[in-house]
Amino acid sequence: MIKENTKKQDLLWYVLIVVLLLVPFIPQVAANSFTQHVFILILLYASMSQAWNIIGGYCGQVSFGHSVFFGIGAYGAGMAVVKFGITPWPGIIIGSLLAMVVAVLISYPCFKLKGHYFAIATFAIVEIFNRLFMVWYWVNGALGLDYPMVKTGWTNFVWYRTKIPYYYGALILFTTIFSIVRFIERNRFGYYLRAVREDQETAEATGINSTFIKLSAMALSAFLASFCGAFFVQYNFRVDPPMVMSLQVSMVFVLVTILGGAGTLFGPLLGALILIPLQEYTRVLWGGLGRGTDLMLFGFLIVLIMVRQPKGIMGLINEYLNYRKTRKIISAQPEINS
Amino acid sequence: MTMFFQVAIDGLLTGMVYALVASGLSLIWGVMDVLNFAHGEFLMLGMYVSYWLGFLINFDPLISWIASGVFCFLLGILTYKLIIHHCLLGPPLSALLATFGLSMILKNFALNRFSPNYRLLTGTLLDGKRTLIGNIVLPMPQLITSIFALVVVFIIYYVIKRTRLGWAIQATAMDKEAAELMGINTERIFLLVFGLGGLCVGVAGGLLPSYLAVHPEVGGLFGLIAFVCVAMGGFGSIPGALLAALLIGLVEALGGFYIAPVFKYVVVFGLYLLVVMLKPKGLFGW
Amino acid sequence: MPLLEVCEISKKFGSLVANSKISFKVEEGNIVGLIGPNGAGKTTLFNCITGIYKPSEGKVFFDGSDITNLPPYKVARLGAVRTFQIVHSLKEMSVFDNVLIGAYLRERNTEKAREMANQCIDICYLTKIKNTRAGDLAIGHKKRLELARALATSPKLLMLDECMAGLTSTEVNESVSLIKSLKKKGITFLIVEHIMEAIMPIADKVVVLNGGLKIAEDHPEVVVHQESVIEAYLGQKYSKKFQLAAKGRNI
Repeated sequence: MIKENTKKQDLLWYVLIVVLLLVPFIPQVAANSFTQHVFILILLYASMSQAWNIIGGYCGQVSFGHSVFFGIGAYGAGMAVVKFGITPWPGIIIGSLLAMVVAVLISYPCFKLKGHYFAIATFAIVEIFNRLFMVWYWVNGALGLDYPMVKTGWTNFVWYRTKIPYYYGALILFTTIFSIVRFIERNRFGYYLRAVREDQETAEATGINSTFIKLSAMALSAFLASFCGAFFVQYNFRVDPPMVMSLQVSMVFVLVTILGGAGTLFGPLLGALILIPLQEYTRVLWGGLGRGTDLMLFGFLIVLIMVRQPKGIMGLINEYLNYRKTRKIISAQPEINS
Repeated sequence: MTMFFQVAIDGLLTGMVYALVASGLSLIWGVMDVLNFAHGEFLMLGMYVSYWLGFLINFDPLISWIASGVFCFLLGILTYKLIIHHCLLGPPLSALLATFGLSMILKNFALNRFSPNYRLLTGTLLDGKRTLIGNIVLPMPQLITSIFALVVVFIIYYVIKRTRLGWAIQATAMDKEAAELMGINTERIFLLVFGLGGLCVGVAGGLLPSYLAVHPEVGGLFGLIAFVCVAMGGFGSIPGALLAALLIGLVEALGGFYIAPVFKYVVVFGLYLLVVMLKPKGLFGW
Repeated sequence: MPLLEVCEISKKFGSLVANSKISFKVEEGNIVGLIGPNGAGKTTLFNCITGIYKPSEGKVFFDGSDITNLPPYKVARLGAVRTFQIVHSLKEMSVFDNVLIGAYLRERNTEKAREMANQCIDICYLTKIKNTRAGDLAIGHKKRLELARALATSPKLLMLDECMAGLTSTEVNESVSLIKSLKKKGITFLIVEHIMEAIMPIADKVVVLNGGLKIAEDHPEVVVHQESVIEAYLGQKYSKKFQLAAKGRNI
């Protein structure tokens, strides 16, 4: 039964990749740069949330600090382009490695804390980083970094007239992160992550070094989140502390994943597929209703999901599948009797 | 030296207000193990209630704190009934995320209805009055608000430690099932506790507009600082929250003055991290 | 050389002495029962051996190496694996996945680990409920799942903390025969147990604790004749019954 499920999941995954590759060829998408924008954001948010999912979903350590890593990646790319005038790539690599180091350094003491204490500690860390970047002269403080005009193309990862290359860039990011998680999910590391989430004491008694597992999950998660940050700044041409390093941004990681279903492979994608179009289109359509309408709706959706189905959309889907399965059994029963 | 005392006193006065905001949060956390992310937004709405009462029908904050207290009490009860009640059975952090959703709704509601403008209530009874102790200036609005806040914290603490109702609350916090077997209606206790949490923050919010400008984002920082106070003070401990709040107010003011204003929250959050690293369950935690 | 050697272990919680200078040895291939009335310090001793607590004094040797103060996961990796008195199953995972986690300790390759997990599931009679969520199991199944997970780590020493408490008598019999068959495969056991009918017949040796002190250590049949043990724990009635039964067997 488990084998069957993985086969189904494989099929779904490959079909998904093909469909996503073909999206820019849909005439409605090719003609409309706003639609392209929405698709790019969906892929970006799904990737960010998947990166968070490794530590928050599979390993159960709900971190509200991921915007720090996202921000470090964004600043890595931004500094390379703005201050050093080179391609963003070295900045992206250095930023991501740095994010990993920072992740390990701040998580090691924080993992001693449990539940709400851990959550609040990560809030505090985000605030500290936010304020330090606000006054850090070298990274232009609160002014942020504005991209100069550079030559377009993959070397600089910048395009002005078209969004299609960004779409494929986002797709590469998405495919990479999702493939990594898909691999982890089926192997020892993935099982160990879940074991630590379910019961740390049992995990330890079964020979799992839970601290090491949590730290490596955090490091990997931060590394990937940082790549997403770099993509964001290349797409946005601008970075400042509130934009990338704030509680609001941290919440995006958490909410998209939880909305879709934490600790599941497709959860982050489902969450992004629902939240992003909703957010972007309500912003356009309901702009006339005054400020904040879109965010009110967003908030309402979060409340609704948490109240009705805390396991997210994947939870709803599983419930439906189980319901169908039991209905099959029930409808099969009379035949046996008669 | 006068400067030092002046800054320290200002910090302590702010700390007392933090204490009132934090003790509401602490109460909820201690009894239900729920972190109300919308706590700061409750404060913001409480401030708006008081502001509009003052602005439209000239009620002084010294009176309209009653109205905003009642308003936030009802808001708390409503939040419990509609949201928290359903989250208690879910995964541990679902209430936190649900109240985050609520905080987005409330904040953007305020933004939508009242615009992002900063609004300050002028011409109140205490406006511009001050008293002097030696060379230290004590502005009356701050002084009265802080003393008031402290009194409310003590009343709440007294109610919990000394009254029948308080014992029921404590019993529910320690063991919900056992409390139910003793004939306590824990559902009603939860409802009441959430209401009381709202009441604390509402009273604080009612008094603040006389010296602090109201705007939709005002709750965010207050809420965060209240979290930090509660976690630093220890799980559900009101004396802990009070001590932590005073400490944070003090550190914030001194750090802002002696290091640099932009660093004051870095110092505050740094202090918090330091404390929980040394005592993972907070100052008064068990 | 004994597989496990506990030397003068003491554990104090403030002024409360939970274990005081306890020493005993577990020889390879034996089943050793650790018994004593409630509060005798059995679980504390277990926690000291497996690294959950740091003992205040004394040393623990396992398989020739000093494991005092090692963290729990290192003790488990060396081959001394325990179960918990209050079952800690990984609730959201299936029975199979629970056991798989144990199997991964010795086998990184997923296919081989799966095979191993399947074997352990068969041994522990859990095949039928392989895909059930562990949180939904009945207590008897949960206890057997604990055993299966521990077994999947291919331990040298299995330490079972009241793995039969709360089971029906049929289930107890099943567990007893399971332990016997595992002993034949060369696994050593250290078992904390309250159900005398279950532990006495299979144990090669029992260690009796009372009030944090070791009061006896010998064959089960010898132990039940010791006055201190009878007083502390067994109660005259059961002891007599046991003696009679033993006599009956001899005749």
